Amino acid sequence: MNLKATLVAAAAASLGLGGPALADPVKVGMITTLSGGGASLGIDTRDGFMLAVSRAGNPDLSVVIEDDQQKPDIAVQIADKMIQSDKVDVLTGIVWSNLAMAVVPAATAQGKFYLSTNAAPSQLAGKGCNPNYFSISYQNDNLHEAAGAYAAKAGITKAFIMAPNYPAGQDSLAGFKRFYEGEVVAEVYTQLGQTDYAGEIAQIRASGADGVFIFLPGGMGISFVKQYADSGVGLKLIGPAFSFDQTIIQAMGDAALGVLNGANWSPDLDNDANAAFVQAFRAEYGRLPSVYAAYGYDTANLLLSAMDKASISDPDAFRAALREADFDSVRGKFSFNASQHPVQDLFMREVVRDGDILTNRIVGVAIEDRGHAYEDECKM
Amino acid sequence: MSLMLLIEQALNGLQYGVMLFLMAAGLTLVFGVMGLINLAHGSLYMIGAFACAAVAAATGNFWLGLAASLAAAAAAGALMELTVIRRLYARDHLDQVLATFALILVFSEGTRWVFGSFPLYLDIPRALAGPVRLPGGIDYPLYRLVLIGVGLSVAAGLFWLIGRTRLGIRIRAGEADREMIGALGVDISRLYTIVFALGAALAGLAGALVGALQSVQVGMGEPVLILAFVVIVIGGIGSIKGALVGAILVGMTDTLGRFLLPIAFSTFMERSQAMSVGAALASMLIYILMALVLVVRPGGLFGRA
Repeated sequence: MNLKATLVAAAAASLGLGGPALADPVKVGMITTLSGGGASLGIDTRDGFMLAVSRAGNPDLSVVIEDDQQKPDIAVQIADKMIQSDKVDVLTGIVWSNLAMAVVPAATAQGKFYLSTNAAPSQLAGKGCNPNYFSISYQNDNLHEAAGAYAAKAGITKAFIMAPNYPAGQDSLAGFKRFYEGEVVAEVYTQLGQTDYAGEIAQIRASGADGVFIFLPGGMGISFVKQYADSGVGLKLIGPAFSFDQTIIQAMGDAALGVLNGANWSPDLDNDANAAFVQAFRAEYGRLPSVYAAYGYDTANLLLSAMDKASISDPDAFRAALREADFDSVRGKFSFNASQHPVQDLFMREVVRDGDILTNRIVGVAIEDRGHAYEDECKM
Repeated sequence: MSLMLLIEQALNGLQYGVMLFLMAAGLTLVFGVMGLINLAHGSLYMIGAFACAAVAAATGNFWLGLAASLAAAAAAGALMELTVIRRLYARDHLDQVLATFALILVFSEGTRWVFGSFPLYLDIPRALAGPVRLPGGIDYPLYRLVLIGVGLSVAAGLFWLIGRTRLGIRIRAGEADREMIGALGVDISRLYTIVFALGAALAGLAGALVGALQSVQVGMGEPVLILAFVVIVIGGIGSIKGALVGAILVGMTDTLGRFLLPIAFSTFMERSQAMSVGAALASMLIYILMALVLVVRPGGLFGRA
């Protein structure tokens, strides 16, 4: 115990020596997935966040990072450790909604800020909204809503829609249908982690649909898209950005070309902050950033903007500073609504080939100034 | 629902089944001959897929990648047997499970260390891309037909190897009585290494062939491993014939269950709910099948009771 206290004191002292301390130092605990099948998402979250931290060079900001292995129990242990022994002020970084649900309510109840770089389940947007919880990414349904709103414009009037059979999958299909004006000819739930889609592709062929919406994150999406391209069915494919992001489209290859995906950010989004971000990320890490990297980068910049305005030792002032969202978002327009989720434009992107690599280009706006569907349930 | 769709789904089930067989064959051989539970069998599947993807990306030739996957998985298998597995034969199953689980972690993080966290690209060879028209007007992917052919040929080759060759006689003798075959002058430890490498090569082959259809990423082997265990429990542990029948049963049950159950439920339920309930029940179907088989035949379909 004595040793720990000494270490914390030493750490605090060394922080103080780092530069002229204008404000109280802020310690961030990042819990994200750095090993296992979902590691590429966590690695991009971390790299985006740390890029903004190193570009700002603010000596008052320090970050501890730990790997949650995509397991809720591990994430809870890390959060406890970060709060109790690392004495962090702010938690961030969780990629998955089930992990966020295990960590966020307890952390905010202990007076810590939680800034979400990705997971934003409906529970935390509606009834479970909290003054110390901010989502910088979106609300989980948003990118599915973008796909639904744009599908009719893309000529999809009879949609075959498909997602894994778990809460986020069911939310996804509900989100798609919320703004979709055409007819849904079939609604199929697959197994979570399924890798062979021959059965579903045969159903698509027989369904009479003229377009297919899928939400199959990670390896599931790679498997489906390759098998779908090889089947020769050839109907227009649309989905949320999760299934067609920079982290996975290289593994799909040309099979992904032309796929439409709903997003709130794209590497070609035209604003100065984004151009600087994409260039700096490429220079630092030698690859194109993903949406996860963009959210991580925005989250760090939001935090830095609040640190310039208020001290973390005054939580109310710090919260007010966060709510102002006074930073240059790589998404251009960015503000918070009352439930502290973003209000932003949702776009439609298309997978294209740029030289040797595959990437996304914006083809149109899906919904302007979108908040989320659970705003009325939030009493705050 | 048309007859054509049903036939197409049956082909899908068959293809899934024969790929499961490639995994299950190695697992059941190793368990039958050496009495070893090898959880790291899924890692060999992953090694096959990564070797194929890496070599195919470097040379632009899928077939070289396929050869590399066989070599890499067999080499990894032999190395694993010589360094770790060999010390486990005399131990009980719990020690084996612990040690081979540790191997999964070593292989997974080792692969991430070498190849990074992002999934690798591996596509099916150009010559086998796209669909072909079958009699009756079904457009079916050529690659999947080839997989069915490869899987059935490997099965035939294994039956020949086990039933008609000297190595096969030794493997069967090793299953029946380990001490006796050692006493008769057969180099039992070399036999074990050969059997282990053979099982590893089959897993690597499955990884490379299926990797071209799916995503080549760290951790891809573990879900397949669980299914392979279901297959060998249904088929009877140690039996190649059991592994083949079990694999095709599991493949068919899973594919047709996913297809037919939601349709069956939607006859008396609201559609969206029927899809969700049907899908949930379909994912349990193979385990229900396994339980039923074990109730009727506790040793599996072709196992020694």
